[in-house]
Parts: sequence; structure tokens; C-alpha cells
Amino acid sequence: MVSKLPVRRFDALIIGAGGAGMRASLQLAEAGLSVAVLSKVFPTRSHTVAAQGGIGASLGNMSEDHWLWHMYDTIKGSDWLGDQDAIEYMCKMAPQVVYELEHFGMPFDRNPDGTIYQRPFGGHSANFGEKAIQRACAAADRTGHAMLHTLYQRNVRARTQFFVEWMALDLIRDADGEVLGVTALEMETGDVMILEAKVTMFATGGAGRIFAASTNAFINTGDGLGMAARAGVPLQDMEFWQFHPTGVAGAGVLITEGVRGEGGILLNSQGERFMERYAPNLKDLASRDVVSRSMDQEIKEGRGCGPNRDYVLLKLDHLGPEVINKRLPSIREIAIKFANVDPIREPIPVVPTIHYMMGGIPTNVHGQVVLPQGSDPAAVLPGLYAVGECACVSVHGANRLGTNSLLDLLVFGRSAGNHVVGQNLTAQSHKPLPKDAGELSLARLARLDAATSGESVAQVASDLRKSMQSHCGVFRNQQLLAAGVQKVLELEARSQRTAISDRSRIFNTARVEALELDNLVETAKATIFSAEARRESRGAQARSDYPARDDANWLNHTLWYRDGNRLAYKPVNLKPMSVDSFPPKARTY
Amino acid sequence: MRFRIYRYDPEQDAKPRLQEYDIALDPHDRMLLDALIRLKSVDDSLSFRRSCREGVCGSDAMNINGRNGLACTTNLKTLAEPVELRPLPGLPVVRDLIVDMSQFFKQYHSIKPYLVNDEPPPERERLQSPGERERLDGLYECILCACCSTACPSFWWNPDKFVGPAGLLNAYRFIADSRDRDLNDRLDNLEDPYRLFRCHSIMNCVDVCPKGLNPTRAIGNIKTMIVKRAV
Ligand SMILES: Cc1cc2nc3c(=O)[nH]c(=O)nc-3n(C[C@H](O)[C@H](O)[C@H](O)COP(=O)(O)OP(=O)(O)OC[C@H]3O[C@@H](n4cnc5c(N)ncnc54)[C@H](O)[C@@H]3O)c2cc1C
Ligand code: SF4
Ligand code: SF4
Ligand code: FES
Repeated sequence: MVSKLPVRRFDALIIGAGGAGMRASLQLAEAGLSVAVLSKVFPTRSHTVAAQGGIGASLGNMSEDHWLWHMYDTIKGSDWLGDQDAIEYMCKMAPQVVYELEHFGMPFDRNPDGTIYQRPFGGHSANFGEKAIQRACAAADRTGHAMLHTLYQRNVRARTQFFVEWMALDLIRDADGEVLGVTALEMETGDVMILEAKVTMFATGGAGRIFAASTNAFINTGDGLGMAARAGVPLQDMEFWQFHPTGVAGAGVLITEGVRGEGGILLNSQGERFMERYAPNLKDLASRDVVSRSMDQEIKEGRGCGPNRDYVLLKLDHLGPEVINKRLPSIREIAIKFANVDPIREPIPVVPTIHYMMGGIPTNVHGQVVLPQGSDPAAVLPGLYAVGECACVSVHGANRLGTNSLLDLLVFGRSAGNHVVGQNLTAQSHKPLPKDAGELSLARLARLDAATSGESVAQVASDLRKSMQSHCGVFRNQQLLAAGVQKVLELEARSQRTAISDRSRIFNTARVEALELDNLVETAKATIFSAEARRESRGAQARSDYPARDDANWLNHTLWYRDGNRLAYKPVNLKPMSVDSFPPKARTY
Repeated sequence: MRFRIYRYDPEQDAKPRLQEYDIALDPHDRMLLDALIRLKSVDDSLSFRRSCREGVCGSDAMNINGRNGLACTTNLKTLAEPVELRPLPGLPVVRDLIVDMSQFFKQYHSIKPYLVNDEPPPERERLQSPGERERLDGLYECILCACCSTACPSFWWNPDKFVGPAGLLNAYRFIADSRDRDLNDRLDNLEDPYRLFRCHSIMNCVDVCPKGLNPTRAIGNIKTMIVKRAV
């Protein structure tokens, strides 16, 4: 062993203690494996805690439902970019993982007959698009909080070993490309270590902080993506970022789609319910890309509200105080605190706000990371798994349906956990670490330690967010994107010349933010290069210069490689596991 | 806006100090957390925890002008200047506004914070009536921020022995769940002069909870159940 860093060994490492990481760790801990779960924050502070609306599953508690309908809605929502085998797997498994969660103690809302309450959500329909359906399993408007705490509690019971406030820095791969663990920083002491494992699983969540206006937490900086990219792993479909229609104007805080599910409507400055024009059937409950574009259109055409005509209104007072207080209590709290309005009486000012990353680290349904090798477009990368928002299976394709992310965490967290258990890791030994293990991380830290002058991390990060916001927004075009590529490359260069003044080893949050900036930059590059190259409109990628979907040329997943910003493509899997394919067709709501 | 902030870095400082800041805020800076982030953009050594910035993750609890609360949901307009910020009282300080929460979580873990029910589950969900479910309201919403326990004199004196309001509120969350089958063990685990009965109903906890929860009531309910069980 050449590296100067101390080493600790585990069978398996999970990076991330959000919903995906903790659903996976549960399988491992209950199977008795030695597993370490790392998190930048105490597990229940992970951003899954902020999810509000619900978990999609065709339980049929409110009216007849079928997993095949859910599957159709998900494929249509994805604008046919989702892989139909993975989507079938997820929708079929949905009821089981929701029941399991209930058995773990999840405090779901209930119907009079004692079953789980389900609410309507955007893009979810009965009988292949006929009418809206109630499929979102909800715990008031705190579903993510209830789910994350339940999963943490179950992990306490299973005696999962957590490493809290540890930040993973870089992947370790050997000469064969196999993944052997990570380097990590213990924030409280400033110690850097090698954590060696036979299997490493990323569950690092989203990266919404590459945009200026975001519903995401500060910690959502795309660390898993940055680590993967630096280790030569491609990132898939990164041009597809979901704008949620209803972020509080100016604050970014989310107002769940569940508000429209419960009957809330969007109004323009003329008091018109404009979604009736854009989506005559599902109206305000059309899928998110459609609603966000419609809002953007209304604002562009001068029908926005407020002094600057730059937002629309979400009206829910007609639901009455009883429904609002029972089903949407946190929404009321958020509106009062962040928008100064009590929704029992007044509408909430809202704008489309960056919310969710459909792309990520490419995986199969077992969570194994896959990449093209020779003639195989999806060869397994030994030793590495990814689950949750940082992964791309791909079930969300070009646009995720609300409630399908929490579902994704449960289904694929569980299946990846089971797959790792099936590897019989205890019988295997650790492969020797490469000589240069840890050097990349040490070099990154050494640069920061040596820099005595330079730009502040906050400044570069803020400029990056502004550039992404103005060059990669709801509507995109060649000119904007090409200029955006240049800006992001300049920002990448600037990110290498930052300096921090905090020199302490103890809980150095300035150092953490500087390390996070490297990951934001990788995520932003992947996004803008992929968006620039895709010359069509599909789901969340809306190009005014290429307004139509182009299945002949673009029914493909993008793969971005950090090395030279190279792009490659692989076909979408239109073949489900057991049912007939849903071939691409025009998408109307 | 003027601030006076508790600073302590064990590597450099022999003892804690209060540092004065005066900073021009932006009109968009609405909450105390916005101001802290602006301060940090000028002095990157200022250390505090934060994540969700909307009052659900429980990261940024601190003592604000003498009262525990979350920086991200404390409106700047409500604060008298200079705004004095200190770490949560009663827990060891790691650095600046960051405290060591081990003792707090140890107490939370001590109450078996998970549903216990070893009956084989049905194929579908376990049924629970809306009324039974409603008994969990005001309990399950806890974000483990520790505002309450670190405002509780009984917890300051006996953090190793008294479960504290957050832990007890969560204990009652499982006691109150119609699906749980561990009632007797749960009550046994709390029937102790320190673990439960150190609470003297001072209500500091209720006063500071940023989620509007009422640990004192939950504690009262547990006490009543223990008393009832005895007769
Ligand atoms: C406001 C909001 C509301 C939402 N509502 C819904 C909803 O109603 N329904 C739905 O289906 N979806 C919803 N979503 C989406 C969904 O909540 C997220 O996609 C999902 O929770 C992500 O879960 P995750 O487990 O992948 O990541 P997270 O929960 O974000 O967890 C990431 C974990 O990784 C850790 N981590 C990250 N980097 C590192 C590192 N370098 N080292 C160590 N640890 C690291 C973090 O500490 C954290 O523990 C919502 C999203 C938002 C923002
Ligand atoms: S009511 Fe009990 S728990 Fe709450 S602050 Fe007072 S002594 Fe502590
Ligand atoms: S009861 Fe309230 S104050 Fe106490 S930890 Fe829970 S949310 Fe925080
Ligand atoms: S930052 Fe999450 S509670 Fe304040």
C-alpha cells in the first residue's frame, strides 16, 4: 500500500442516506452484511424529507386501477424516452413496496375503510389517458418526511451503521476499471480516509443547485455525478431537467402538485384558468413539462401577474379551510412564511422552478452501473451501483411524473440492495487497492490548501447558477445553448482558481462547499453539452428552434463523458419485460 | 443589519467569543438563514449547518436572541438588533453554531423509535381508521431539530438520564399507533424517576417547537398511562 491515507474496510458502502440509500441499506443490514452508509447530513436531514405530495402505486383504493395504466402514464410522461422494461418493473412492484413501507410504520393518511388514502397527481390517469385517477399514496403533504423518518427508524431497528457528516470525495478504480471504494472526508475532524468496499453504491440524490431558482436543498450538489464523471463513468440524459410548475415566486420553495390534485387551479392576470386551453382533458393536472411551458408562455405573452407580470397565481381558497388544513397543512405554512399569503383566502404567486434531474448515472434494474463496452451498449461496471435521483434507470425518460421519484427510490433501492445481497460478498475478498488510490482527492485538497488568493467559491457557484438559469431554462435554442457551453467552460476554469480563507480542520464548511463546487461544475457541463447537442424537443427539453419531437433521429439516450466532453448515444429500450410495447405516439393531455 | 455571533474554533480559540458583524442585506434576504449565507459569503469561516431552507430537515436550529429556533423560518423582520446568535444551549459545541448532537440522538434511539409488530403482515396494508391515524398528528411531524430538548432545564441537568421532550414525543408517537404491539415494554422503558419523570411541565419545549408540536402533552399522556397501568 502506497497511499498515505488510513484505510477502513467494509463489504459494502452506500453513499447517501436519503430514501434510496436507506431503502437499500435496509436490505443489506437485515441480511447481516457489513455495510457503511455515509451521509453529508444526519440521515433524516436528506432532501427526501422535503417531498410533499405522494408515492405513485396502483393500489386501487379510490377506484379501479392497474399497474399497466400506471406504466402507460409513465411512458407517455417520459415522452417515450423511458426504458419500458424498467418502467414495467417499477409500476408492477409499486404496490408491494408501498405496502412494505406501511408495514414498517409509515403514517399514511387513511380512507374511511382503513386503507391508504390516494390523491390525484399530474399525468396519472385511468384507462390509458381517459380521465384523472387517484394514485398518489400520501401522508398529508409531508409524504417524504414521513417516508424518510420511517426508513431511518427501520434502519435503527436493523442496526445499520451510519457515518454521519462524512463526505465522499472520489471513487477508487483499479487498472481493470473495477470500483474498490471511495475517499471520504470526516467533517468534524477534517480527516481524509480511504473506505474500501467490494461494492460501492451511490445514492447521493439530485443536483438542483446548478440552477439559481431551485426547489432543492443546499446539499443537492450532484456529488455522485461529479465522482462518477471524474472516474470516467458517463452520465446519461442530463439535458432533461424538470421545472416544477409551482415554486413560490422569488423563494423557490415547492408547492406540491398535490394542491392541484386536491382541486387547486392556475390563473393568469385575466383571472383565466389558462390550462383549459393547453390541456383540455387533464387541464391543471397535465404533466409537468406541459404545465411549465404553458405558464412560461402566458408570462411571455404578457399575462403574468404582479408588478412585473412575472408569475401566475395558484388558487386554492375554494377548497375550503377544512381540506387545506387536513390535506395541505405544510403548504399553508410555506405560503404564509415564504409568500406572505394565507392560501385559505388568497392565491399563491408561483413560477416554474428547477426541481428534478431525470438523467444521472446509467444503471440497469438491479442498480448496477452500466456503460457501453465493445458491442455491448450496457455492460456492467463491476463494483458500482447507483440508485435514486442520481441514477438513470431510465424510468423517467424526458419528463418524470410526480410521485414516481419516491417510488423509484423504494423500488430500485430495494432491488439494488437485494442484488448486492445475492453477490455473497462475505465469501469474497477485497481486491488490492491501486497505487494511486486517493491521489485525486489529495490533489484537490492540496490545491485548496495552497491557494492563498483567488475568487470566492460562493461567487463562482452563484455565477454558474445564473448562467445555467439563463442559458438552459424552460425554452432553449441553439444560440443560447452554444453561448451557455462557453460560459460553463469559463466557469470551470474559474472553479480551479478559487481560494478559501477558512484554514481550520474542524468542521470546515468552506472546504466542503469548495469540494461541492467541483461536482456542480461537472453536472452543469454534462447538462449543457447534452442539451446543446439534442436538436429536438422532447419532454423537459423544449427547443424553440426544433419544436417537434424527432423519433427518427433522437429516440436515443445521451451519454456524456467528461473526457473531452464527448457525447455518445444508445437506443431507448421500447421492449417491456412481459407486455406489449407502447410505441411512440403524439402526446396530448 | 447588525449581528453578534458566537464564534469558537477549538483549533484556534482558547475560549469562545462573540463576533460583531454589520452587513447590508439584499431585499430578497427574507429569513435569518439568508442573512447567515450572506455573512458567510464575506467570512467563509463562519460555520453552521443548513440544508432544506424550508423548515423540514431540522439542520439549522440555533439560539436566536435568547430563544431556540430555525434560522430558515425565522423572518428577519421579527428580530431585534443586534441579532445575537449562539449554538443550542446545553450541548457540547463543535465549532461556532454547530453542536454535537450525539446525546440528543442517543436519547431518541433509546425509546425504540420504530414500529414493533411481529404479527405476520397482511398482503395489503394494515388497516387503520382515520380516527386512529389522527392520533399520530402532532407527533409524527417532529424534525429532530432539538430546539425543545435544548430549551429544557431538566435535559440540561441530566442529558444522559432524562429522555427529553423530543425523545418522549417520539416515544408517544409509537405508543399512540394502533399498529404497534409494544405498549408494555415501551412504558416499562420509561417508568423511571429520570427517563420520564424529570419532566416538570415547564413547557419551554412547547414554546420553542418550530413545528408547533406539544411534547408536554405527549409526556402527560405517557404519565397518565403509567399511572393507570399501576392501578
Ligand atoms: C421539494 C420537493 C418535493 C418533492 N416531492 C416529491 C413527491 O411528492 N413525490 C415524489 O415522488 N418525488 C418528489 N420529489 C422528488 C424526490 O423527493 C427526490 O427525487 C428524492 O427524494 C431523492 O432521493 P434520494 O434518496 O435519491 O436522494 P436524497 O434524499 O437527496 O439523499 C441524498 C443523500 O446523499 C447524501 N450525499 C450526497 N452527496 C454525498 C457525499 N458526497 N458524501 C456522502 N453523502 C452524500 C446526502 O447527505 C443524502 O443523505 C420532491 C423533490 C423536492 C425537492
Ligand atoms: S415540559 Fe418537560 S420536557 Fe418540556 S421543557 Fe418542561 S421539563 Fe422539559
Ligand atoms: S418536538 Fe419540535 S422542537 Fe422538538 S425536536 Fe421535534 S420538531 Fe424539534
Ligand atoms: S435548513 Fe432545514 S430546517 Fe432549516
